[in-house]
Amino acid sequence: MGWVCPCLQPRVALGEAAPRSREITISSRVAIRGLSHAFNPGGAVLQDIELVIEAGSFVALLGPSGCGKSTLLRFISGLEKPASGSIEISTGAGEHTNPRTKLAFVFQDAQLLPWRSVLDNVALPLELQGTNRTEARERARGPLAEVELGDVHERFPDQLSGGMRMRVSIARALVTEPSVLLLDEPFAALDELTRQRLDERLRKLWQTRRMTVIFVTHALAEAAFLAERALVMSRRPGRIVLDHRLDLPEDRSFELRADAEFAAQTALLYRALKEHGAFDDGSHARSDA
Amino acid sequence: MTERSPRRAATRELLSAALPPALTFVIVIALWESVVRVFSVPRFLVPPPSDVLTAIWTERAPLSGALLTTAQGAVLGFLLSASLGTTAGLAFSLSRWLERGLYPYALFLQTVPIVAVAPLLVLWFGPGLRAVAVSAFIVSVFPIIANTLAGLRSVDPRLSDLFRLYGAKLGDTVLKLRLPTAIPSMMTGLKVASGLSVIGAIVGEFVAGFSEGNAGLGITVLAAYRQLRTDLLFAAVLLASLLGLSLFALVNVLSALLLRRLRAPG
Repeated sequence: MGWVCPCLQPRVALGEAAPRSREITISSRVAIRGLSHAFNPGGAVLQDIELVIEAGSFVALLGPSGCGKSTLLRFISGLEKPASGSIEISTGAGEHTNPRTKLAFVFQDAQLLPWRSVLDNVALPLELQGTNRTEARERARGPLAEVELGDVHERFPDQLSGGMRMRVSIARALVTEPSVLLLDEPFAALDELTRQRLDERLRKLWQTRRMTVIFVTHALAEAAFLAERALVMSRRPGRIVLDHRLDLPEDRSFELRADAEFAAQTALLYRALKEHGAFDDGSHARSDA
Repeated sequence: MTERSPRRAATRELLSAALPPALTFVIVIALWESVVRVFSVPRFLVPPPSDVLTAIWTERAPLSGALLTTAQGAVLGFLLSASLGTTAGLAFSLSRWLERGLYPYALFLQTVPIVAVAPLLVLWFGPGLRAVAVSAFIVSVFPIIANTLAGLRSVDPRLSDLFRLYGAKLGDTVLKLRLPTAIPSMMTGLKVASGLSVIGAIVGEFVAGFSEGNAGLGITVLAAYRQLRTDLLFAAVLLASLLGLSLFALVNVLSALLLRRLRAPG
C-alpha cells in the first residue's frame, strides 16, 4: 500500500457522492527558488524563477507558446528535474510526505485508457498506489459525481464527447485528493462553449475543495475567469514578467465575462503579454474567449 | 423496420466484400479450364481445375493425412513462436542490454536461408514433427518479436508520465499500460507469423518430412513431382494455401475479438 494521507481515511468511510463539506483543507504551498533550466540544443528555457504559490490558491500561468510554462509545470510535478534551483512543496501541517502522492496532473488531452470504463479510468491512480480494485472503484464514484458524470460509469472513453472525456480526466485527478492540482492547457482542444462550461465547473470544484491549483493556459480570458492570481511569462527564456492579483468576485459565472471589470483585467494581462513580445513571432495567445 | 435495417446493411456490406473475390475466382477457374482444354495443354504441365478437384477426391485419404501432419507442424511452430516471440519482445522492451545483445541474432533468424539450414534441423532434432515445427518456428518468430517490441514501445509518453506520477510499479505499468497498448501491434505480428509458419513447415518437410510414414503436404508435393502427377501437386499446394489461410483466419478472429474488448481500432 502506497502512502495515503491519514487525514483522508475518515472521509473515505463516509464516501458518498453528495457534495461534502470540507472542514479540513488539504492544500500545499509551492515555493520555487532560483529555478533555471536549459535544453541541450535550444538554449535557456527558464531563467531565475522565484515564485511562492500559497496553499489553496488558484494560479494561472500565462505565456506565449514555447515560453517554458509547461516545462515549469513538469518540474513542479517532479516528472523532470531542473538544471538548477529548488522546488519545495509543503502542506500547512508541515508533515513530511512523499510529494508525488499529493500531486495530480491534467494533460491537454484527456489521456484516458481506451480499454477501461469511465469508472475504472478514475479508479486507476488509486490502483497504482496499491488500493485494491473493488475499493478503488468505490472511491472513484465520488469524484465522478462531482463532475456530474455519475450516470456513465460503465461507458468507455470512445462513447463520450470531448468535454465529457476531459471531465473524466479531472475526476481521475481528484480521486487521490491531491493537495496540488496541475493542469496543462486542459481545455485548449475543446470548443468554446464546452470550455467555458468546464472553466465554471473547475472554479466551483476549487471553491469546494480548496486545493492549490496551477493552471497553464495561453487564453487570457480563461486565466482571468479562473484564477485568483495570474502570472505572465515572457518569451523564451521564460521569466515571470507580471504577477497580478485578479480583482474579481469570488463567485464567478458566465455573466462575468461580459463585465467591464473583467474586460479591464483581461486587457491588463494582454498588455503584459504584448509588451514582452508574446505576439512578435506569430505565436497565438488568445484574446478571444 | 428501423431495427432490421442495421442487420440488412451488414448483410449488404458482407456481400459487397465477398462478391468481388468470389467472382474473380469463378472467372479465373473457368478461363483456366477452357484454355487448358481448347489448346490441349499437356496435363503434366498444367492440369485443368477439374483434374485437381478429381485428384483431391480420389486421393482424399492420403491428402487429409498429409494435411493433418503439416497442420501439426505448422501449428506447433506457430505456438512456439507466439510464446517465445512475445516473451522475447517483452524482455527486450524491459532491458536495453538484452535488446542490444540479442536482437541482432533474432534478426538472423529472419534472414537465414531456411532451406539451407533445414538439414541441420534434421541432424539436431531428428526427422519428423520436431524438425518441421522448429523450421516453422524459425521462419515465423521474427515478425512477432519485432511487432511486440514496437507495440510495447508505442505507449503515449504522457500516459507513462501519469503512471510515473502515481508511483506505479513496473508490473502495473506492464500489465495495465504497455501490454494493452501493444496488443494491436502484437496481433499484426501474429497474423504475419500464422501464414509464415505454414511456409516454414512445408520447407521443413522437404528435408525432414519422413517419419513413421506420416508424410506431410511438403512430401506429397515432392512425390507428386517425381511421378509427374501435376494434378496431385496442385492439390497439395491448394491444401497448403488453404491451411495457411485458415490459420490466418483463426488468428484474425481472435485478434478482432480481443481488439474489440480493448476498444482498439481494428
